Amino acid sequence: MTAPASTLTLDLVSASLVARFPDFVTADARPGFSGFIVKKENLVEVATALRDEFGFDLLSSVTGVDYLAENKMEVVYHAHRTTGGPGLVFKVQAERVDPVEVPSLIDVWAGADFQEREAWDLLGIKFTGHPDLRRILMWEGFEGHPLRKDYKEAFFEEETKPYKSRWPEGNHTYAEFKNPFRDNLNLPENFSLDNYQPQTEDQLYFSLERSSQKHDVGREKEMGDHMVVNMGPHHPSTHGVLRVAVELNGETITSLKPVMGYLHRNHDKIGERNTYLQIMPYTDRLDYFNSMANNFGYAIAVEKLMKIPVAERAEYIRVIMTELSRIQNHLIFIGMLINDMGSMYTPSLYAFEERELILDIFEAVSGARMMCNYFRFGGVVRDVPEDVLRKIKDLVHDRLPAKTDEMERFLNENEVLVARLKGIHVLNAEEATHHSVTGPCLRAAGVPYDLRRADPYSVYDRFDFDVAVRYNGDMYDNYLIRFDEIRQSLRILEQALKQIPGGPINSQKPQYQVRVPAGEAYGRVESPKGELAYYVVSNGKPNPYRYHVRAPSFVNLTAVETMCKGVKIADFVVLLAMLDIVMGEVDR
Amino acid sequence: MEENKYEGLNLPNYNIPEDIQNVVSVTTIDRLYNWGRRWSVWPLMFGLACCAIEMIAAQASRYDMARFGMEVMRPTPRQADMMLVSGTVTKKMLPSIIRLYNQMPEPKYVVAMGACASSGGPFKEGYNVVAGIDKFLPVDVYIPGCPPTPQALIAGMIKLQEKIDKQSIKKVRWYEKGKVDSNYVPMPILGPDLIDVRRSAEFEAAAVKKEGVA
Amino acid sequence: MYGKGILKGLGVTLKRFADTYLDDISWWLQGRKRYYTQEGIAHRSSKNTRGIFTVQYPEEQLIQPEEFRYVPFLVYNEGAEGKKEVRCTSCGICAKVCPPQCIWIVRTNDPNTGKPVPEPKNFYIDMDICMNCGFCAEYCPFDAIKMDHDFAIASYGRNVYNLEKLLKPASYYAEIRPLNYVKEEDARKAKEAAKAAKAEAAA
Ligand code: SF4
Ligand code: SF4
Ligand code: SF4
Repeated sequence: MTAPASTLTLDLVSASLVARFPDFVTADARPGFSGFIVKKENLVEVATALRDEFGFDLLSSVTGVDYLAENKMEVVYHAHRTTGGPGLVFKVQAERVDPVEVPSLIDVWAGADFQEREAWDLLGIKFTGHPDLRRILMWEGFEGHPLRKDYKEAFFEEETKPYKSRWPEGNHTYAEFKNPFRDNLNLPENFSLDNYQPQTEDQLYFSLERSSQKHDVGREKEMGDHMVVNMGPHHPSTHGVLRVAVELNGETITSLKPVMGYLHRNHDKIGERNTYLQIMPYTDRLDYFNSMANNFGYAIAVEKLMKIPVAERAEYIRVIMTELSRIQNHLIFIGMLINDMGSMYTPSLYAFEERELILDIFEAVSGARMMCNYFRFGGVVRDVPEDVLRKIKDLVHDRLPAKTDEMERFLNENEVLVARLKGIHVLNAEEATHHSVTGPCLRAAGVPYDLRRADPYSVYDRFDFDVAVRYNGDMYDNYLIRFDEIRQSLRILEQALKQIPGGPINSQKPQYQVRVPAGEAYGRVESPKGELAYYVVSNGKPNPYRYHVRAPSFVNLTAVETMCKGVKIADFVVLLAMLDIVMGEVDR
Repeated sequence: MEENKYEGLNLPNYNIPEDIQNVVSVTTIDRLYNWGRRWSVWPLMFGLACCAIEMIAAQASRYDMARFGMEVMRPTPRQADMMLVSGTVTKKMLPSIIRLYNQMPEPKYVVAMGACASSGGPFKEGYNVVAGIDKFLPVDVYIPGCPPTPQALIAGMIKLQEKIDKQSIKKVRWYEKGKVDSNYVPMPILGPDLIDVRRSAEFEAAAVKKEGVA
Repeated sequence: MYGKGILKGLGVTLKRFADTYLDDISWWLQGRKRYYTQEGIAHRSSKNTRGIFTVQYPEEQLIQPEEFRYVPFLVYNEGAEGKKEVRCTSCGICAKVCPPQCIWIVRTNDPNTGKPVPEPKNFYIDMDICMNCGFCAEYCPFDAIKMDHDFAIASYGRNVYNLEKLLKPASYYAEIRPLNYVKEEDARKAKEAAKAAKAEAAA
């Protein structure tokens, strides 16, 4: 290695990576695909080199693809550098036998933890060396791996939409009547309730036990005081249906495991049946606070595949909407955070007022307050009328800055708040990157990694703004950085509103069947919660072959164990709020 | 149901002298009872998915459900009158929901907010989604929409109030004699799939049939 | 001084509290009505709003923007003698594009020839599945299906709407979406004019 790793461009990386491991790294030569195929046996070695020698310190996504026809399973990894630049894709292929085995990368990037568990749960890929490979979204004992191409749900109708039964002989029936059980239910053959023993949750509690024993060698005597508490899934302050199994020593957390899947709505599976366009409204429902940002990521992924440009005016509209969405998200974050700390209502009510005004704008342009479904491939669905633009300007120039100031005056110096937040460690830079944490949490830990700067998409390279960054990595910094980001978003908005050109709002004709050439694409945006990415594989048909969402909330949760070990249980709820998770996105 | 249009406590066919109208009311027990309940429906503080955010928005200052006596969100089911199923009901979550429902004291109401809670909604086909909470709990009001806007939610709540108005102490199911715990719903089991134990006979029959075929 | 931050914060709440009355009083002094009027509601949704923010639904309603969408409905033109001329030709595009596949259309066949005629025999939308995405309205080539503004449709049972329940007159559509209506009518007239001109040229 002559040049310092971080300055290498991606082509150079490719060349030197193949040169470094000529025997087990090959370029992916399938048309439309990119990256490398790494031999299974040497995966850990290559990954370590990528991290240490090539500077890919952030593992963005791990996911699997089931190539049923070729009798192969593929695991796809996307790695990035926190210093910026495009990402690197590498893949591992395995025979589709039972069990499919691939070495785990959890020791190289801890951020692989939950994503590998997800791939095990939904695709049945066994990651050897993973210390805690349990199901994550479904429950233990569930039959089958649903994302495999040969898995059929109970309400399965046809392989792809549109279904033939809807037209021209579309007599309404309930899906229930298609299933012998009259319900969304799949039972294995010869299932009998009498001799059935449901699986217990022992594995979950064992996983707690193990980690605590590692921690407390020589303190077995004290172990008697340990207590396991389950918080959630119905808990007023866990931001939805997250459950956390916490092991406590007195008031101190010794070990914890999040349990999720209580809102697992099968986005991936349904997405693979939908046409490309039909997925768009489903993306709204991922992070339901920021449907605009979700649309954005998906539109970028498909536009990459289709290789179409985006209309100039639409680019600006997209930026304006996403930044408004970010402001609204962060305001709610602040309100809800204070709620979680016990000061019910007042700050969150103030935050909701501003949110309502922003939602009015979304409603005026897209028709719906939350589920905007506003982006189309090549542009947006309809133009922003002049009076709405006026309204946005009013908000951006007058109201929102003043209200942000007011919020800061209201809260920032409040002694109780400061005492609760200051000095309580969330994550440092190393922990954050190791666990693939992105978004404000990473930036509050001192890593200025913001995709709008690091790998600019859309027209973000035309705006003058600073990447908000703070260095203490404590809760107070995590809280303040939200205000910084609101201010930067306002700055971007001001420029975007000034520069917005006229012209068409879509580079394509409105069409409901888009032609997408075969290939793969990874579209990523900086959503308010972190790096939101869509991995889409097309085989040229009207429906995607594989559709995977890399949800920031889900991956950020990987760090929760590191974050919360050793803190008091009362701080735990606030720490969790710091990650700003939203369950629609965690469970998908 | 003409009389129910009038929401006050007083019965419309009694003419009370004007000067004591604010002091005296002539009413029936049913009416008094319903009047008390309709303005104090306490929801369970319980959100499932996207719809929950609209529910919170409806509680916040712009729509302010406190105007209907519904602002007291209770985190514990034991103090709640109404379960607002606000979002997608997944199989994994269902046992918890039923446990909450069973703990609620009567009279209790269930409102299915949004498409998901009513029938599974856009996610109906999913392998982890229950096709409507009405498969397990008796739903009183269905609110279509995805998500129902806060105003639509309030319209649904008004619908629930109307329903309460029509009830009579003599006839509501929780005061029926000899029907102790008529609302108890047995917990489903998370087996190879979600198993509703009330339907075990059906599953047995299916298993036998399959065996017979094989 | 310890406690300064808290006092500062309380100042904000105090100001908000005062605003509640100040705004009401100033409107009252100007002789304008802040509640139950369009003007008042518009003010409370504008950037200048302060004080009471609540919209007293159901006594008053937020002003719906034209593009607001809730559930779809079918448009019919009012023909002579109240005849309902359904715009839909049962082409099936909306059923194809609907993401959760909640539209069911039965096409009418001519009893004599067996050929399909452009009018639906029945049309179902399962409102409890519909995700209000608006695709059906967006891609219908005949402007036959549109998104409604009426949101107070809660009921005591499941909501599967059939053709009869879905139909609403074009005048209703013109009322809720005036700009779109005018735009579409103009486009249609232009098209007809072009067609007529073409026919004339050919003749
Ligand atoms: S009905 Fe729509 S908004 Fe409500 S939970 Fe379901 S998907 Fe979300
Ligand atoms: S509503 Fe429109 S798109 Fe749907 S069948 Fe009728 S004409 Fe075709
Ligand atoms: S609004 Fe969307 S989900 Fe509803 S009927 Fe139309 S296309 Fe289907």
